[in-house]
Amino acid sequence: MNETIGLTFLIIGITFDVIGCIGLVRLPDVYNRLQAATKCVTLGTSMILLAVVFYTGINAIGVKALLCIWFVLITSPTGAHAIARAAHKSGVRLWKGSVMDKYADDHEGADSSS
Amino acid sequence: MSVFIALLILCIFLCLYRVGKGPTAPDRTVAIDILGTLVVGFCAIYSIITKKDLYMNIGISWALLSFIGTLALSKYLEGRGFDE
Repeated sequence: MNETIGLTFLIIGITFDVIGCIGLVRLPDVYNRLQAATKCVTLGTSMILLAVVFYTGINAIGVKALLCIWFVLITSPTGAHAIARAAHKSGVRLWKGSVMDKYADDHEGADSSS
Repeated sequence: MSVFIALLILCIFLCLYRVGKGPTAPDRTVAIDILGTLVVGFCAIYSIITKKDLYMNIGISWALLSFIGTLALSKYLEGRGFDE
């Protein structure tokens, strides 16, 4: 029973990973790639680690897998946010089909007021 | 299990394609960040196969070191010092 649940989580997680990496290759812009890849791969890797918990039960491997889920869920969005801010500040242009850039508007407003 | 490992290796090669081709430096940084998270999943599947907790230790260390590397690269791209 536990192996069936674990196999289901494993299949879902690998599917999310593959979809995220296809998005990393196919999308046209840094910001689009960041959005697709980071969210999909974070959820997919968390699902794989949850599958480890269901396969092995609560022992040394399971507790370390739960700890690793916590680390991945905390650190991956933080890193993605830092990369997006660095890309915008280092002057990478948006894709030509993008419709709005609210970060640039806020930044120019802050610069003109100060 | 070997099917899942083959799919993860396919994902890693897609990330390496983006590292090689990416037109700007933030593209390569994104791909390296994703590569680190994929390696954590690889270690998790390997710990299911071998039933040893050594590989989960490697996964935890890899997650933390990948996060620190991503933050350092983004600070460098932003053009600021590390002490701000």
